[in-house]
Amino acid sequence: MPNLLEIQNLHVTVEDKEILRGLTLTVPAGEAHAVMGPNGSGKSTLAHVLAGRPGYEVTKGDIRFRGKNLLEMAPEVRAREGVFLGLQYPVEIPGVSNMYFLKAALNALRTHRGEQELDAVEFLKIAREKATLLEIDENLLQRGVNVGFSGGEKKRNEIFQMALLDPTLAVLDETDSGLDIDALKVVANGINALRSPERAILMITHYQRLLEYIVPDKVHVLSDGQIVETGGKELALELEKTGYATFEKKRAPDVAASAPAQSA
Amino acid sequence: MTQIGSAYIERYPEWQNGLPGRNLAWLSELRADAFARFAERGFPTRKTEAWKYTNLAPLAKDVFAPQTAASGKMPATVPAHIPDLGTAHRIVFVNGRAESDGSTHNALPKGVRLMTLGEALKEAPDLIADHLATDNKPEEPAFLDMNTALMTEGAVLTIEPGVELEAPVHLFFLTTDAAARSAMHLRNLIMAGKGSAATVFESYLGTGKAEYWTNVVTEIRVEEKARLHHHKLQSEGEAAYHIAMTLTKIEDHATYDSFAMSLGGSLARNEIRALLDGSGIDCRLNGINLARQRPHLDTTTTIDHAKPGSTCNETYKSVVGDHAETVFQGKIIVRPDAQKTAAHQLNRNLLLSDEAQANTKPELRIHADDVQCSHGATVSELDEQALFYLRSRGLSENAARSLLTEAFVTEMLDDIENISIREALRHAMADWLAGLSGTGGQA
Ligand SMILES: Nc1ncnc2c1ncn2[C@@H]1O[C@H](COP(=O)(O)OP(=O)(O)OP(=O)(O)O)[C@@H](O)[C@H]1O
Ligand SMILES: [Mg+2]
Repeated sequence: MPNLLEIQNLHVTVEDKEILRGLTLTVPAGEAHAVMGPNGSGKSTLAHVLAGRPGYEVTKGDIRFRGKNLLEMAPEVRAREGVFLGLQYPVEIPGVSNMYFLKAALNALRTHRGEQELDAVEFLKIAREKATLLEIDENLLQRGVNVGFSGGEKKRNEIFQMALLDPTLAVLDETDSGLDIDALKVVANGINALRSPERAILMITHYQRLLEYIVPDKVHVLSDGQIVETGGKELALELEKTGYATFEKKRAPDVAASAPAQSA
Repeated sequence: MTQIGSAYIERYPEWQNGLPGRNLAWLSELRADAFARFAERGFPTRKTEAWKYTNLAPLAKDVFAPQTAASGKMPATVPAHIPDLGTAHRIVFVNGRAESDGSTHNALPKGVRLMTLGEALKEAPDLIADHLATDNKPEEPAFLDMNTALMTEGAVLTIEPGVELEAPVHLFFLTTDAAARSAMHLRNLIMAGKGSAATVFESYLGTGKAEYWTNVVTEIRVEEKARLHHHKLQSEGEAAYHIAMTLTKIEDHATYDSFAMSLGGSLARNEIRALLDGSGIDCRLNGINLARQRPHLDTTTTIDHAKPGSTCNETYKSVVGDHAETVFQGKIIVRPDAQKTAAHQLNRNLLLSDEAQANTKPELRIHADDVQCSHGATVSELDEQALFYLRSRGLSENAARSLLTEAFVTEMLDDIENISIREALRHAMADWLAGLSGTGGQA
């Protein structure tokens, strides 16, 4: 399998503080990977850097997405190229209707791919389909983006957006937290529906539970800005029992070399 | 006295000859007195508190002669510019002169009169005499006085007691480059009789790039239990000066609902003085300034609560891009008698560039003790998190900025009851937003 995402020795500084300190990670097409790690270890930072959020300074390293230099792309270009970030804390945007926003987004992606823009009726048809899949009340979609959504509804809306935009790489930052058990199943179904040989999923999570529904090909442990351990799905179970303490010590001083490399 | 003031004094006798109503002695006297007051004081400067943030030097640097040409003809291209208000009764002025071709106010219901000021001075001079320059005066009357002295045209609307007008009345003022370097001193009078109801849409549109000056005074009386919805679109030419003063007197249990959208001109002032001369009044003053490139847009309101138990809510928002500047001055007066007054004021400003500037000055003069008053002002930029969120879904930076900018102001339009006016304003706003692309954008 070709590598869809290749992160090499990534160093990222936020407000003069180095958060990612030589992170190396590769995700081949067709795979789902989980990233776990203690609070503040840099998981959301990684997710934001992948999506191109301003304010994160990459001081060293490289990110390739389907061989292209991701760091050179504006956030909207990354989205159009097929990167999707499901946010840990989705933003409320009063005054912007969910449906209007998503139609504009989907049409921007379609234009980028050389496809015809959808008119309101065509868009509504697709949106309804995906909303049904994720058991989202249509009334929610008419409201302002995430305005007055419960925590769980916001997360479900993220996955609804993902389903609609049909990305090649989905980076999901704690999509499972805040979901009740039934919602977790629905959301997991939505994520599984995206799995295919051309696509990849990078799930950031604190809980083994999500991984029972979306079985990962690899589990990575992110600690203090580096990947300190990579294993199979059983690693998540081990973490559940032992916590992160054992892995935190494992970090080697020379970053690039110590990162558990994937075979390309 | 400024030099320019004296130039106006020199030329006033010459201009007088072209003014309507010269046969009316009371009017000549009124004009002469008003001009004398103006001549004594000249243009206000920034030392005048009411003009603290708006520098009139660009307007006062030259003399604008009143537009007294016999008739401004409707240019062939104009109808496309007139906001389509469906069944509205429309009265049209081109370059400050009445234009009957574009006007469609023939089918007015009984009890409603819509005339030009020129017609009214001929046909109903007493009506004008009774309602002109009444006791509801602004603190700084320079432009009112100049207007009284030089007014040439305007719309006069009277609605008799109890008459409810369904279709809106559209007062449409169009200015073309034919009016370059001249001044349109317009005077509108709106009288809503007891228990009547009407919707009035005032719109000012400039089609060219020439400098001209619209100096308009609109005097309004909303009698007991009447309901007046009064909406305004200011979309003058890019080099135009627009100085507007609305003087509204509201009586017991009446509703006055004002909404103004201002997006044209190089220097524009929309001043409203609402005198709540009764109890149980529902007064709403709302508006939006949309400023990009280099204009200076000023909204100044004075709400004068004279009697107990009335309510006034006002919200004004500004979007300021490029090197533009906006002003909001909101004065609330609660006189000693006006117990149980409720007065709420909000001013929110969105800055789209580092050079953009928004000035805001609330001023509360509360002389009664049992009142509910609040005021708030904010100046902010586009929310970076929201901007990123939209971009991360594929929207371009410009599209995202435009969408968030629209979101900041769009809900203001939701309260406009008349659909065709709401849509006309939404349309004007959309055009303005579309012109924003590039503002502050880097991607
Ligand atoms: N804008 C910022 N300014 C300053 N510090 C920041 C900023 N963003 C992140 N950080 C810091 O970077 C570190 C990593 O944050 P990050 O959000 O990536 O952690 P995380 O692994 O996602 O944690 P959690 O499990 O709690 O979500 C934290 O110490 C955080 O305080
Ligand atoms: Mg996080």
